[in-house]
Amino acid sequence: MSDPRPEDQQPGTPAATSVEPALEEKSYSQGQLVRRRFFHHKGAIIAVVILALITLVAFTSIGFGPIPGWWGKSFSTTGAVLDGGRPTISWTGLGEHPFGQDTTGRDYFALVMRGTQISLTIAFIVGIVSTIIGTIIGAIAGYFRGWVETLLMRMTDLFIIIPLLVLAAVLGQIASGGGIVVLALVLALVTWTSLARLVRGEVLSLREREFVSAARAIGTGPWRIIFRHILPNTVGVIIVSTTFAIASAILLETALSYLGFGVQAPDVSLGSLISQYQTAFTTRPWLFWFPGIFILAIALCVNFIGDGLRDAFDPRQKKDGA
Amino acid sequence: MTRFVLRRLAVSSLILLVGSLLMFVLTINSGDPLEDLRESTASNRDQLMQSRITNMGLDQPWYVRYFTWLSGAAGCLIGKCDLGTDRAGSDVTALLAQAAGSTLRLVTIATFAAIIVGVIIGIITAIRQYSGFDYVVTFISFLFFSLPVFWAAVLLKEFGAIRFNDWIADPQISLLQAIVTGLVLAVILSSIMGGDWKRRLLTGAITGVFVVAALMYFTAVGWWRNPALGVGLVALVSLGFAVGLVALITGLGNRRVLYSTLTTVGVGIVVYFAVAPLLDEPNWLLLAGLFVSSLVIGLLIGRLWGGYSKGTAMALSAVTATFMAAMTFLDHLVYAWAGFLQLKPRPISTIGSQTPNFPGDFWETTLDWGTQLLLPTALLTLVSVASYQRYTRASMLETLNQDYVRTARSKGLGERTVIVKHAFRNALIPITTIVAFNFAGLISGAVITETVFGWKGMGELFKSGLNNVDPAPVMAFFLVTAIAAIVMNMIADIAYAFLDPRIRR
Repeated sequence: MSDPRPEDQQPGTPAATSVEPALEEKSYSQGQLVRRRFFHHKGAIIAVVILALITLVAFTSIGFGPIPGWWGKSFSTTGAVLDGGRPTISWTGLGEHPFGQDTTGRDYFALVMRGTQISLTIAFIVGIVSTIIGTIIGAIAGYFRGWVETLLMRMTDLFIIIPLLVLAAVLGQIASGGGIVVLALVLALVTWTSLARLVRGEVLSLREREFVSAARAIGTGPWRIIFRHILPNTVGVIIVSTTFAIASAILLETALSYLGFGVQAPDVSLGSLISQYQTAFTTRPWLFWFPGIFILAIALCVNFIGDGLRDAFDPRQKKDGA
Repeated sequence: MTRFVLRRLAVSSLILLVGSLLMFVLTINSGDPLEDLRESTASNRDQLMQSRITNMGLDQPWYVRYFTWLSGAAGCLIGKCDLGTDRAGSDVTALLAQAAGSTLRLVTIATFAAIIVGVIIGIITAIRQYSGFDYVVTFISFLFFSLPVFWAAVLLKEFGAIRFNDWIADPQISLLQAIVTGLVLAVILSSIMGGDWKRRLLTGAITGVFVVAALMYFTAVGWWRNPALGVGLVALVSLGFAVGLVALITGLGNRRVLYSTLTTVGVGIVVYFAVAPLLDEPNWLLLAGLFVSSLVIGLLIGRLWGGYSKGTAMALSAVTATFMAAMTFLDHLVYAWAGFLQLKPRPISTIGSQTPNFPGDFWETTLDWGTQLLLPTALLTLVSVASYQRYTRASMLETLNQDYVRTARSKGLGERTVIVKHAFRNALIPITTIVAFNFAGLISGAVITETVFGWKGMGELFKSGLNNVDPAPVMAFFLVTAIAAIVMNMIADIAYAFLDPRIRR
């Protein structure tokens, strides 16, 4: 199952393998193995490519911050509505307004790109910050046990009875004046618990292992043991969980923006775009379709990448492991 | 077991207390409750502000406000609920009573439907790992995972309700549509059943022909507007259910259990005719009574037939009796459909939890409820089926690789026994734990769903309360969702103890 033999090498076909297998079989480091398994997961690779494309287009087209982009129109400039604002995208080319225009004549492609930028930014900040918080708290709780662990477990219990969206909505309302970075940080503050539990579980079993005892026996301090000996062994769990955290952060942010507790006007996110134009479905369906498809595509890609990473780090469930 | 439950209860109430404090403090600090008045241009602005400050107790420190709320809420324990008043001065307890019913109905139905469907599909995909069916289902469940609820809701409104309502006005299925439907179902079913290509082809062909014939027949006799099940179909479906259930759980070799469920079906048919006059204009109390008595009958038949396997016989007979009761209910409901269409020509609604001033009788009102409930429930179910499917599949694969499953296979047990008794029961253990987590998540999903579908439920209570920085409605929402989550958690814990004897202490 975890046989590290590469797939292109048929077992036993060349005579040399049976004579001197040790020379023929190349050995791989853990990182190389994970990379190989990941690159064999077709869905994940396609997802990486699509996500990279979306990110690239979103950030280069209308520019980010002071840097100008290659798309000539701004997401905030209003103008004349051409042809009822219908999208001009077709098989032959983009046209003037590929995703159409909204009711005030703003270019919808620029708006959707702006929404994608904000949603992606928030999701990545949430994913990374909540991973850092969750890893540290989970490691401390698993290693030191005691009151930190009790606190962590009780906090998790708290999250069972307060729905995440509700807590995030209340905090989002508080943070609504502070812009998207504050919103992202606040969301990170409520989403770290599941990773903390996972890391705690891993640490609980790792701290009983021989190499940790050995490190302790030669007088290594607890922090060095945690960061140099234990956490590197949980990196698979952490990376996979981060990916799924990013996917759920995208959905959480869009849901909050939809309810009106997330990104506030004049800023737009994909969720607030849908919220703004959901009644337009019968008259101007493109205002509804494009942001939704982008949310779906981003979340789907991130989920597939997470799935590929999990298979790569934990090949136990795969039939053809290597 | 009692001690276990009591201890959980004590811990839960403590968490509830801490959670309520947290929610209260966060809510009252989430904004400025006087914002709309500050911007108002009314001449009596200062007076309005003053009266709101006194009404909401804004001049008191936060802990006084919290304890005022807490002492009112604690009254619920002795039957005198006082959850305070909202900003407009209306009694939140009354508002909550209206809202809680519709939301909990929605979430509970969706939870159970999602568990059943998700677990079944999860098992099938685990057994048929790396088949075409597995890949398709995996992709679809990722799709539902990544679906923004509110976006899917608008699509469902368009295609599930508006297009269906257009269609039901003059229900026609062309031969081409019937053949396409038949083909799709044939492919799905044959990939579920598996086997070599000959068997797959046969399954597919039978399914396809059956579906096409049924669809054409239903259209020809105008079944879509004038549907009926009739005693024949009820009996046939119940018989199939009983035999299938026995074949799945104990195997048809266990005659006592088989006879017991078959007797239940027979008695059920007699009861079907016996209660028919009662069910012309029933009420919920009568139905509940009939349901309980059908359960008792089922248990009794199981006890009489059971012998050495009376436990299983009683359980399966009770399940069969429940199924028959549901079928009988459905039968009467279906009869009312034609009259219902006269009253409500566009049956599937997109807005609200019930049609205002609906004139129909019991069955028509129930149909009205059902059609209002259909889309939000379907949406919530779809969204959460995906996670149950993923968990069940992973958990099943984990147990199917265990040594004791290999032992069971090697000592010659049938595939059914291995999967149902050895693998599935153990795979259920991790699934029960996520039920509690998911329930809380589903309530958040319900907040969005209610907003999209315009239900005056708890989501509305929460949303407007939070917008107005008005703690009483927000806390009422919190109280109900938290208690519901605790109860679900408790059920999951008890199920856990039932499934895994090691943790029974």
